[in-house]
Amino acid sequence: MDISTKNPEEAPPPTPEPFAAAQQRTARGATRPGDRIFLGLSRGSGILLLVIMAAIAVFLTYRASLAISKDHANFLTTFEWNTNLLPPKFGIAVLAFGTVVSSIIAMVIAVPIAVAIALFTTHYAPRKLRGPVSYVIDLLAAVPSIVYGLWGALILVPHMVGLFGWLNDFFGWTGIFSWDEGAPRSMLTVGILLAIMILPIITNVSREVFRQAPQMIEEAALALGATRWEVIRMAVIPFGRSGVISASMLGLGRALGETMAVATVLSPDFIIHASLLNPGGGTFAQNIASKFSEATPDGRDALIASGLVLFVITLLVNGAARLIIARRAEYSGANA
Amino acid sequence: MSNAVAAEKPASTLQGATLPNWSPYAIAGGSIVMAVLIGLVGSLDSKIQWGLIAAILFVVGTYVIAARVEGSRQAKDRIATSLVWVAFLLAVVPLVSLLWTTISRGVKVLDVYFLSHSMGVVGDTEPGGGIYHAIIGSLEQVGLATLIGAPIGVLTAIYLVEYGSGALSKSVTFFVDVMTGIPSIVAGLFILSLMLMWDLGPSGFAGSCALAILMMPVVVRSTEEMLKLVPNELREASLALGIPKWRTILKVVLPTAIGGITTGIMLSVARIAGETAPVLLLVFGNPFINNDPFSGAQASLPLYIYQQFAQSAGSGAAYDRAWAASLTLIAFVMILNLVARGIARWKAPKTGR
Repeated sequence: MDISTKNPEEAPPPTPEPFAAAQQRTARGATRPGDRIFLGLSRGSGILLLVIMAAIAVFLTYRASLAISKDHANFLTTFEWNTNLLPPKFGIAVLAFGTVVSSIIAMVIAVPIAVAIALFTTHYAPRKLRGPVSYVIDLLAAVPSIVYGLWGALILVPHMVGLFGWLNDFFGWTGIFSWDEGAPRSMLTVGILLAIMILPIITNVSREVFRQAPQMIEEAALALGATRWEVIRMAVIPFGRSGVISASMLGLGRALGETMAVATVLSPDFIIHASLLNPGGGTFAQNIASKFSEATPDGRDALIASGLVLFVITLLVNGAARLIIARRAEYSGANA
Repeated sequence: MSNAVAAEKPASTLQGATLPNWSPYAIAGGSIVMAVLIGLVGSLDSKIQWGLIAAILFVVGTYVIAARVEGSRQAKDRIATSLVWVAFLLAVVPLVSLLWTTISRGVKVLDVYFLSHSMGVVGDTEPGGGIYHAIIGSLEQVGLATLIGAPIGVLTAIYLVEYGSGALSKSVTFFVDVMTGIPSIVAGLFILSLMLMWDLGPSGFAGSCALAILMMPVVVRSTEEMLKLVPNELREASLALGIPKWRTILKVVLPTAIGGITTGIMLSVARIAGETAPVLLLVFGNPFINNDPFSGAQASLPLYIYQQFAQSAGSGAAYDRAWAASLTLIAFVMILNLVARGIARWKAPKTGR
């Protein structure tokens, strides 16, 4: 690799003749062994990352195909997970349903709150509070998921009883919110816990977007007598909409793959419940974590097959989010 | 109440009537008092309900009062302001609750004995025992993961910033972004499928490999950001002196950005230190002390917390140990975070201004 093709922003503007000749000389000089080794190492690491991604896909697919070929039921539509039966019968219908439902609950709760907090830090909070608020959000992001799980199972679950009773009293007739007074280790509790866990990433990415909203337009709106809310509605939110969408999808990716918090809070079974308040159901990641220790070799392959489905789903969600981000600006939420 | 105060103010001809500055506090106080009254009268046990009622009263009260005094546009503005504040407070509540419970329950059994003993001869439901074996396991696994993940991540970032152009670097960038979103359990399953192929048993090293996969994209991203901050003048000056590019990178670019790179690595270490799922699949857990990460099952702090929670059938002693281990883990992660931020502030690259 010669120097003239390195950083595009560094590349000199249209080169006059003698300059190009000088570059030619540097390029020849750049093929010193040290340079070649270093370039090889760094390019090799980049390629290694791609290889790892490919290997993940290939190996999971291979083990999954082993498992699915032994499955005597439809892998996509079966409502049970009996890998020890002869012949084994297992399917991901309940897991897919539970994963989607818990993530949707988490999104419904987390996205509005996260957007509001992002607006709080960019437009509402007193200047002195902005630093501490961001720090609080970063603290939320730093807490390990297993601690959220422990807190959810021992503290949040008992506190949900009151809310569940209230929901059952007033909205029980919908069927979605009916409750049989069981322990509230249900999809709704899981969704609420996931919402708390994905709040930081959605907040951080949205905050970056809102911060980039054009100041001129905001000031113009203020000068015309708009209130702060009207400025946000007319100038900030339209500008940040696609950013918020991709932030939400990043959060969705986290919620889909969260393992320990779901495994500790949910009391699983292999039935699709109409009610979000009654315990039961399961998610891909939770099922893998709870079934793994007792699984036979074939059972492990079956769990890997369900993991492959999860991998594909999160890949699609994250890829879409990244494409939306990449299309509009020069930042990403990877550090969030 | 606010009506009367607003009316007393000398009215400006340019500005409509406005509520006094203290009115949000007054409305907040009023709605909290009302919520407590409603809670006591209705005998609602859950403090969460009290809080929700107070929040709803506050929002409705603000809207009604502001709409009467200032007009509906201002009322909408105020309602948006109060909703945004409520959202922020809502996010603080779980954090405070979580930190408070972890600290207050964790200090019960957290002492030198707890930190220096394993669970080898202690039953799951008995009191006693400690987390020494888990700390050893965690340190070894996270250390190995950092040894694997950090160099690859930093080198990839160097490639992307210093050499990268064209299809390869574009696809690496895209897949690094996508890789950030891989669920930790999927990384665990990937290493598991390798282990099944070669017929290997659980070991700390297998866990490290999965953790390294989770760590790499984070390191790449943060290092990339830092390298982009290094002023081009420095590179040009070094190259102009005839120094080869690789020496320029090693001696000029990296030292300039080293603070930020260290911060990024430490933040990613903090992130993988709390990962449970891959450890559960690959390291398996072990009540005894195992100092060798390359053979045999090991323990790790997050896994210890999960097993104390899951295998103890509601025993108080096991829950106490789980909280104490959580406190240790949170303290470790927070200290890493704080130190990382400190380094970032201390060694921030001078951006040439």
